[in-house]
Amino acid sequence: MPGNPLPDAEQLLKALIEQMRPAVGPETGLIGIHTGGVWVAERVHQALKPKVPPAALDVSYYRDDYAARGLSRDVKRSEIPFEVEGRDLILVDDVLYTGRTIRAALNELFDYGRPASVRLATLVDRGGRQLPIAAQFVGARIDVDPRRSVNLERRADGRLAFVLSAREP
Amino acid sequence: MKIHIKGGRLIDPRSGVNALKDVYIAAGKIVAIGPPPNGFTANRVIDAAGLVVCPGLVDLSARLREPGFEYLATLESEMEAAIAGGVTSLACPPDTDPPLDEPGLVEMLKYRAQSLNQARVYPVGALTQGLKGQRLTEMAELVDAGCVAFSQAEAPFADTQVFYHALQYAATFGFPVWLRPQDPALARHGVAHDGPVATRCGLQGIPVCAETVALSTMLILAHATGARVHFARLSSAEGVEMVRQAKRQGLPVTCDIAIHQAHLTEMDIGYFDSNCRLDPPLRSQRDRDALRAALADGTVDAACSDHTPVDDDAKQLPFAEAEPGATGLELLLPLTLKWAEESGIALPAALDRITSQAARVLNIDAGHLTAGHVADICIFDHGRHWRVAPESLKSQGKNTPYTGLEVKGRVRFTLVDGQVVYEAK
Amino acid sequence: MWLNPSNPQLDKKGQLHHLLTLEGLPAEILWQILDTAKTFVGTKVKKVPLLRGKSVFNVFFEPSTRTRTTFEIAAKRLSADVINLNVSVSSQSKGESLLDTVDNLSAMHADMFVVRHGASGAPHFIARHVAPDIHVINAGDGRHSHPTQGLLDMYTIRHYTKDFSSLRVAIVGDVLHSRVARSQIHAFATLGCPEIRVIGPKTLLPAHVEQLGVHVYHDMRQGLKDVDVVTMLRLQNERMQGALLPSAQEFYKYYGLTPDKLALAKPDAIVLHPGPMNRGVEIDSRVADGRQSVILPQVTFGIAIRMAVMSIMAGNK
Repeated sequence: MPGNPLPDAEQLLKALIEQMRPAVGPETGLIGIHTGGVWVAERVHQALKPKVPPAALDVSYYRDDYAARGLSRDVKRSEIPFEVEGRDLILVDDVLYTGRTIRAALNELFDYGRPASVRLATLVDRGGRQLPIAAQFVGARIDVDPRRSVNLERRADGRLAFVLSAREP
Repeated sequence: MKIHIKGGRLIDPRSGVNALKDVYIAAGKIVAIGPPPNGFTANRVIDAAGLVVCPGLVDLSARLREPGFEYLATLESEMEAAIAGGVTSLACPPDTDPPLDEPGLVEMLKYRAQSLNQARVYPVGALTQGLKGQRLTEMAELVDAGCVAFSQAEAPFADTQVFYHALQYAATFGFPVWLRPQDPALARHGVAHDGPVATRCGLQGIPVCAETVALSTMLILAHATGARVHFARLSSAEGVEMVRQAKRQGLPVTCDIAIHQAHLTEMDIGYFDSNCRLDPPLRSQRDRDALRAALADGTVDAACSDHTPVDDDAKQLPFAEAEPGATGLELLLPLTLKWAEESGIALPAALDRITSQAARVLNIDAGHLTAGHVADICIFDHGRHWRVAPESLKSQGKNTPYTGLEVKGRVRFTLVDGQVVYEAK
Repeated sequence: MWLNPSNPQLDKKGQLHHLLTLEGLPAEILWQILDTAKTFVGTKVKKVPLLRGKSVFNVFFEPSTRTRTTFEIAAKRLSADVINLNVSVSSQSKGESLLDTVDNLSAMHADMFVVRHGASGAPHFIARHVAPDIHVINAGDGRHSHPTQGLLDMYTIRHYTKDFSSLRVAIVGDVLHSRVARSQIHAFATLGCPEIRVIGPKTLLPAHVEQLGVHVYHDMRQGLKDVDVVTMLRLQNERMQGALLPSAQEFYKYYGLTPDKLALAKPDAIVLHPGPMNRGVEIDSRVADGRQSVILPQVTFGIAIRMAVMSIMAGNK
């Protein structure tokens, strides 16, 4: 298989948590983006223990490819168990690629209120941005064949791992 | 015009002839069947090799829409359709506008039809004035004008007493009365057979008892008055069984079905196809099978087309709002052939139902091929498939459940009075 | 039968293109609608941009404020533009044909028609005639179907009970004239409900109704024994005039849901009613307002269901 082997997600998670430690206070809102981002956010939350519980965001209703691809079968309800208004937030995702998911997440977030600030943490950044979006906290930068898709999996024992698959057209 | 029909398979149900025999025509009559008459030189030879030569079809019900409904269809277009369907004699119901309750209207219709020199039209006159079911028409006058029978079409009687007297009066002269067995109250607002399809589709149903309750009354009154009754358009298994019993008991009744009832059922309504909005409604599979068997065993004397042209606007509506009826003159032959093929009925027996038996019901000298008699002939290609489409139908009514489908059996020539009035391209 | 075309509700990929009836829809699509609706219930954010720039036309040939309002709210919560047309009042009375009305509306660049009509099959008819990219949602046609109501009833039941595969359900009242009853029956059957009962006098049950997969009861006490879900159908005054019933009083005595009759069902049985209710005719106020009634939540779920249907359909190409 061409390209570098995939990094160890658990290792990256450790590194990401350390990067985020100074930025996460008791009132910081961690918001994971379904599905992989939610797992990462939960682990970061377990490690850094802000007072407010982690939130989960499903961006299906804000995506820009709805007209082309329709609605996903597995839409989940977004749950934000804290007040967005005036809060410092960190969006958490597993893979940062084109940046469109983050754009959708920002749009959705702002329907909940006006945060004081929003930063972005991602386990991997695979480049290929199509929008001016950047992550403040990055586990690792990787190169992936554009024909491939990188996804996070959660094993039965709770451990996280990356998998590679063919990209859907 | 001397015509020689050469090499065709002659089927004459009445005489039982079913063989390769030539037909010779002169001065509007069949002059010989089989060997040529002495010194016969034909002006025209019709090559009927591979084709069936049978009596011109006799259709017991075709709505021509004149007078009054010319926007739906005209005499010209429907008579074209008739001969394109091989029909040389047809009866039309009295529900025109105005209804055929005056001798003048009947004469006009007959005159108009005759001047077209196509099929022969036998009007069925109105039994009551205006078809209102209250006052009797001058039946004797109407017969003089050309009516062959009397009917209320689908209109009800004011009450059973009027009905009783109407039958008595007709019986006085021996005039046949054609009755549609449907109790108006039980059928009120109904648009489909009262069965599982109507239940699923949320359509108001017409129960079978609407037909059998009416039949019961009609059979009793026929017996009581001695009227010659013909039941038009039976639709149910129980209905044909009642007629079967009545015939066994010696009651001189006859009946017909619309040929599409031998094929279609309530299931064909599908997703509310208003082409299947018909009167009487398409009933269950069991009913259809009983009608097929009854047509085969002679309980049902004849099949007709029940030709009812309906314009597009009246069909392009939700099912219950659409006008009932299907175009049928050009489908009478292929649908009869289809019934025969599927039921294992021989061709002569099948053609019998739309030629000599129908003529017997109409009480006219037609539906047979006999030397010395008038040359009304249908020549068709038994095996020829064709697609039912607006462009392939001569009738102005393009409304049929068979739209877009292929049927088998195509008329090649139709002769009336020894003239070729229709020839397929 | 050889005359039947393919299911007009699904596109070539088998996805939902029109919602005309619950009959014939694969279970997978029903589950998708229920699951998607869940994401719209109880959310803080009331409006999502999914249908922004799209036009939804509410074309009601039969008046109905309730249903029309919920569709309007649902469409607006998806950021769609909504146009309300009470066709009963305007063009139809001038004699414009249904087809002409539909053609005129199509020319106004609608993306979605929500149609309510008095004739069974009218939405099917309309769906056959609109341009291929227009979606049609049936908001109730004659006696035939009210698919979004059926779906919201299923959602309500799923919310309050265990799974469908262990439920005994009863639909009581004027099944003959009820599009809600038919939609519920199809939904229950598709979602795997093992026992569906209809309860009513013979005059109010359609011919051959057992062929829809239901058990028929004329005795309400028998029919309610051990059921988990009871749906009470509205009884209209016309039924007395049409010689189908003698009086509302006698109907209430034998087929009205009173607390003592409800006690025959399971102790945690729930009561639904598609509304509007006739208190004292088909349902006792003590039941309608009682702890087993889920009639009010039905309304909330209705908006979410309609949002789900529109979201799924508008995305299917």
